[in-house]
Amino acid sequence: MATSLHSNQISAGQEHAPGGSQNPVLVTKDSYEELEEDLSLDVDQSRPRHASGVIAEIVESRQHSEVDSNQNNAAVDYPATDQQVKGITADTNHLSLGDGQLTDESEVFVEEEEQRLRSGSVLQTVEKTKPAVVEEDIHSAAWKKHKKHIFILSEAGKPIYSRYGNEDKLVTLMGVIQALMSFVQDDKDSLRSVVAGGHLIVFLLRQPLMLVAASSTGESQQQLFLQLRYMYNQILSVLTHTQLNRIFEQRRNYDLRRLLSGTERFLNSLADLMDSDPCFLLTAVRGLPLDNTVRDVIGQSMQSAKVKDLVFAILIADGQLVTLVHMKKYILHPADLHLVINLLKASTSFETSDSWVPLCLPNFDSSGYLYSHISYLDDSPACLLLMTVDQMAFKEMENCKQKILEKLKKHNCLAAIKDSVKRGSYTCQEVGISELRHFLYKNKSTAQFTAPSWGAPYSDPAEQERLFSLYRFVHQKVHNPARPLKILFYVGSHESALGWITSGFELYAVFSPLTTKQVAILAVNKILKWIKKEEERLFILNPPEY
Amino acid sequence: MKALEAKVVVLGTQGVGKTSIVVRYVGKIFSKKVSPTIGSSFFTFKMTVDNYRVKLQLWDTAGQERFRSMAPMYYRKANAAFIVYDITSYESFDSVKSWVEELKKNVDAPLVICVLGNKCDLAEQRQVPLDEGVQFAASIGALFFETSALKNEGIEEAFLRLSLALISLSQSAPNCGLLVKDYDSSRRKSADIVTVPPSLKVLQDKIAEEDEEEFEEREPAKNGGCC
Repeated sequence: MATSLHSNQISAGQEHAPGGSQNPVLVTKDSYEELEEDLSLDVDQSRPRHASGVIAEIVESRQHSEVDSNQNNAAVDYPATDQQVKGITADTNHLSLGDGQLTDESEVFVEEEEQRLRSGSVLQTVEKTKPAVVEEDIHSAAWKKHKKHIFILSEAGKPIYSRYGNEDKLVTLMGVIQALMSFVQDDKDSLRSVVAGGHLIVFLLRQPLMLVAASSTGESQQQLFLQLRYMYNQILSVLTHTQLNRIFEQRRNYDLRRLLSGTERFLNSLADLMDSDPCFLLTAVRGLPLDNTVRDVIGQSMQSAKVKDLVFAILIADGQLVTLVHMKKYILHPADLHLVINLLKASTSFETSDSWVPLCLPNFDSSGYLYSHISYLDDSPACLLLMTVDQMAFKEMENCKQKILEKLKKHNCLAAIKDSVKRGSYTCQEVGISELRHFLYKNKSTAQFTAPSWGAPYSDPAEQERLFSLYRFVHQKVHNPARPLKILFYVGSHESALGWITSGFELYAVFSPLTTKQVAILAVNKILKWIKKEEERLFILNPPEY
Repeated sequence: MKALEAKVVVLGTQGVGKTSIVVRYVGKIFSKKVSPTIGSSFFTFKMTVDNYRVKLQLWDTAGQERFRSMAPMYYRKANAAFIVYDITSYESFDSVKSWVEELKKNVDAPLVICVLGNKCDLAEQRQVPLDEGVQFAASIGALFFETSALKNEGIEEAFLRLSLALISLSQSAPNCGLLVKDYDSSRRKSADIVTVPPSLKVLQDKIAEEDEEEFEEREPAKNGGCC
């Protein structure tokens, strides 16, 4: 049973959302708005989809640093949004029609799929599939059971990635996907999704790539689109948009796996993280709980070690942001930071030595690399990333790291970080609200979120998964593009949940199933008060700048 | 006593064991769970050879094709290069030849090249005959060793010979870009002890915990060894 409430019933002061800040450390644009803009571009390909030119701009400004700064300012702005907003409304109407037609066909599609695969008639691909025990393929029961499949292929239908099973053995399936998408594309239209029984299949065309998610998790089309976009961005972060385009311009049927070899682990890890970490759902970053004086010292230490051309200096511990220093003009997008966090999670090779890695941050500039000096500081869990535009600047960054390390050691900051990581996030009991089981709170003005650790009754991974899908459900209901809600109170069989969106924050709180609406509302007000009290410890409020 | 500082780049196709060789030499360990290098990793190693304090700056590069465009940055101003192949893959041996060509084309200063045929413990799967490796290395005037990071064979010797070659290069061609200074031995005595980077120490401990048998191989770090 879902009930929506009127917002006056909640009396908290919305203008001072806890954890808010005037100087956001991250880009705070709403990810759903971004997605709509992005999708609207499918119809009109002429507008630029990608951020680009920022790196060139920094390099240029370095070369003649005194000359015209006006020009630079102009180029950083986001593409104009007015026109795009108009584009969206037109586009959605158009789409709902398309969806209806496709749903009719969808059952046929699923039934016939296997037949087509067996006969191998699609695109005359010869089926090489042998009954394999170890590797799953389309006929194995285990493969069919997975809750969310993700496929990536080239426009020519060449397999690039499959989350489960060997993509080589899925060539025929890739052929079917390619046929479906290009069939609709021929009519200057784009295929968005197909509903087939309990499965939602979502299609995203990012020329020259096609991305598909087939999910039985109950996630919405938007949520799956966002995840596909992350997968796409992960590929860009390795290759850059420029390089990707150039390759396929030269050879349409290029096998991209050659260039991506070794990237599967990052795509896999990203897909798994998106199924368990709320940061993707919220497009927000979790700050490491830390005394604000310690955090300030860390920030100042990083700031004072500034070297030329250093764009971002990021300190991350255990997937959480400690602090971030950025060039005055350039702000990092949380989605880019998620890719960085995924990079650190998925590879152990950074732990053994200092690394020098070319990384493309697609929301910052998809046309080029930032060169990143990555090092774990003194066998602590704290990992420092220094990102610059200068490919040759390893030595400078190495010196910069040494300076920062010395300062952090002098002020005992590494020990503080270690302690905080060891202690983990706070428990729900610390918040002191008896009915409360768990919550997620995102401050919109800083794109940061906070959540207690998974305490009882969510200590079991299966229970965590169930709670996470409840959050996803409430999230998708309040963010429904056709009917966005401010407040939603939902009573389920295991728990009740309250979702509340204001201009300043998003809050999702979970209670026992017998909790009433009134009690829940009182409780969320208490949560807000508690967060306000703790905000300096939980959020990064005053990031230093270069 | 003199001090010599050299930049050494480790090249080769993916999966031949570049990182394993470097980690074996610098950290005296073998990790079964080395994940592919991304971009490049940087290690420094100091030792005393033939009355020289040699400081090697080791650039361990990623073998994947997409990082090939970064290679010029690694071998720029390099004084020596290890080019590694896997004796169980003829393809990896072919790529050694293309690396040599690229170095010859792009590096003007004299360069010590050392070809390493890694994974020599997998003799039964060998695809590249020992003779072929030796002959190829001789034809380009390079050092050659077959090594095993797993069994710790040939690696100490390869680094030692490379250092000696660097020393003789610095003597025969003073303008080759090698940094040679007088070494003040009264200063910083403690630096003579080979230091293992803290990050590698953590890895050492992890492996020691996981695998007790490996422990006996982990001899206390020696003073570089000399002849």
